[in-house]
Amino acid sequence: MFVEFLYELRDRGVKVGPQEAMSIAQALRLGLHKGTLDGFYETARALCVHREQDLDAFDRAFAHHFRGVPDEAIALTEELMEWLQQPKSRRELTELEQQLLQRMDLDQVRQQMRERLAQQRQRHDRGNRWVGTAGTSPHGSGGTNLAGIKVGDAPGGRGALEVAGERHFKDLRSDVTLDTRQIEVALRRLRAFVREGAEEELDIEGTIDKTARNAGELELKLRPPRRSNLRVLLLLDVGGSMDPHADVCERLFSAARRATHFKELRTLYFHNCIYGRVYERASLMRGIDVLHLLQDCDPSWRLIVVGDALMSPWELQSAGSRWSWTEDSGAPGIAWLAHLAQHFPHSAWLNPEREISWYGTAEIIRRVFPMYRLTQDGLLEAVHHLMRGGARR
Amino acid sequence: MEFRRFRGTDQYLTSSALESAVNCALALERPLLVRGEPGTGKTQLAEAIASGLGLRLIHWPVKSTTRAQDGLYVYDTVQRLYDSRFGEGDVKDIRRYIKYVPLGNAFAAPDRLVLLIDEIDKADLEFPNDLLHELDRMRFVVNETGDEIVARQRPVVVITSNAEKELPDAFLRRCVFHFIEFPDKELMARIVRVHHPDLERQLLDQAIKAFYAIRDTEGLRKRPSTSELIDWIAVLRRAGIASVELDAGTPFLGALLKREQDLIAFAEAANRGRRPRA
Repeated sequence: MFVEFLYELRDRGVKVGPQEAMSIAQALRLGLHKGTLDGFYETARALCVHREQDLDAFDRAFAHHFRGVPDEAIALTEELMEWLQQPKSRRELTELEQQLLQRMDLDQVRQQMRERLAQQRQRHDRGNRWVGTAGTSPHGSGGTNLAGIKVGDAPGGRGALEVAGERHFKDLRSDVTLDTRQIEVALRRLRAFVREGAEEELDIEGTIDKTARNAGELELKLRPPRRSNLRVLLLLDVGGSMDPHADVCERLFSAARRATHFKELRTLYFHNCIYGRVYERASLMRGIDVLHLLQDCDPSWRLIVVGDALMSPWELQSAGSRWSWTEDSGAPGIAWLAHLAQHFPHSAWLNPEREISWYGTAEIIRRVFPMYRLTQDGLLEAVHHLMRGGARR
Repeated sequence: MEFRRFRGTDQYLTSSALESAVNCALALERPLLVRGEPGTGKTQLAEAIASGLGLRLIHWPVKSTTRAQDGLYVYDTVQRLYDSRFGEGDVKDIRRYIKYVPLGNAFAAPDRLVLLIDEIDKADLEFPNDLLHELDRMRFVVNETGDEIVARQRPVVVITSNAEKELPDAFLRRCVFHFIEFPDKELMARIVRVHHPDLERQLLDQAIKAFYAIRDTEGLRKRPSTSELIDWIAVLRRAGIASVELDAGTPFLGALLKREQDLIAFAEAANRGRRPRA
């Protein structure tokens, strides 16, 4: 019952692992749950839930799992201790967790899978218990369980191809989703320190040096503190084909806003392609001339463009913007992009679409800006590129 | 294993879930991470644990520039230079110039104590990760002397965080977590009673009613919290006001709403509410 509960939690997105299981076991052994189900609820919640966003999921899992269960909390302890001695499954484990658990028995997993398949009635994706795809259960396809058994990709693939023990492990998270923290961590690398401004920090080496030169007479040397000197210009494509990506752009935007290590950050918007103007508001209000912008932002700024680079070819080649009749920028979109890329030697284009759809206009823009996917890996590469000095492809 | 259980104090009312979380942290010797809206008594919890268990409290307020190293010790170079110049004290003894600060103090103390790391989310993104090792092993090395400071008694570590920034997973996994919910009216009445024991029933009820109505006003940037209610009631009593009605003319609203936009938003909402009746 207890183990099932942990799986239920994982099914609902509360990331519990062996560490939580061990903690609960220890807590129960110490009698922290006072032998009651209520006590168990409070103890398990304190140990399994790490952020308030997960509290609701925990409550639902608990209600679902323990509905109608009498006070059997004491029995839980024994069951848990037993489980810990023979761990049945491995999820994505850190090195620490690896040490905690022994390698599991392949036969056992096979047996378990047969039982699961017998119980299972429907298709299942992204869980951690049932046989399905993209989950962390030991059974299924495209999953993250290190020692799992792969079920063939063909429909009804019972002829399971066993790849247990082989590391067909791939961290799906870094490839698919980007949470705000991951973006923040990636953006952290985007910094360049210089000493500038008021002298308010004691330079110890310098003070010792000066004092020694001064025949032991104390002479303090101050210096300006080290501060990041990096300025970032973020241009976001909004509307139309970018709507499905609004969420990830939003997260990138808020992470960039919160980053304290940029000396200056300017965020401006455009639609599909940049012509003569970019906009301060996502609603494309309050336009700014690109030429003025370039006067404000010298080439030391890092330019990050976020867009799917999808548009009709003539948007790149014609001089006017397709969605505004009044605007004639005097030069085709591609010329503006090339001008930006030339002005900012450190620039990168982040594309939320997959690489396979980078054709047509994206292919042309790719020749102007180095293009990276808007994923954790892509973002890190882009940041690396921006720091390296922006060698052109 | 026996340990002293925490049951709240006269000054600090707890819920059973909060007590469980505190006791988990005590028994498992893990840091207790407390999150919740500002003003729900996260910092007071550490004080309550300290007084409830009869332990000394060390308070380490975290700022945006705080680094993990700053919590362990500082090496007072300037004092040493000064002493070398004016020939005071034994300059050769570098230990004289190592000063322990909150975390270092908590480790070096002979008895068990409560260490409060307040508002951890204010610091740099990597700050919690930098602390992991010290909190896990309860020891650190003073680089200048090579001395290793090992905690004789693991301190009770309480960490507070406003729910603003995401904390790293590795850090979260090591903590016992508790989210302090905003108190309901009944608990709020008991909390106010703790701070204002001789408050008249009528004023208490009216103030709490008005308080929750203000909290429910749409469009508030910062909703008033428990501590602000307690302050507000204190102001009302000081001014000799025995009864409050909620409208745009409610006295001392400034104690509850601290932003100009919020005061305007509330006044508009109050006017809207009155018009249909007129």
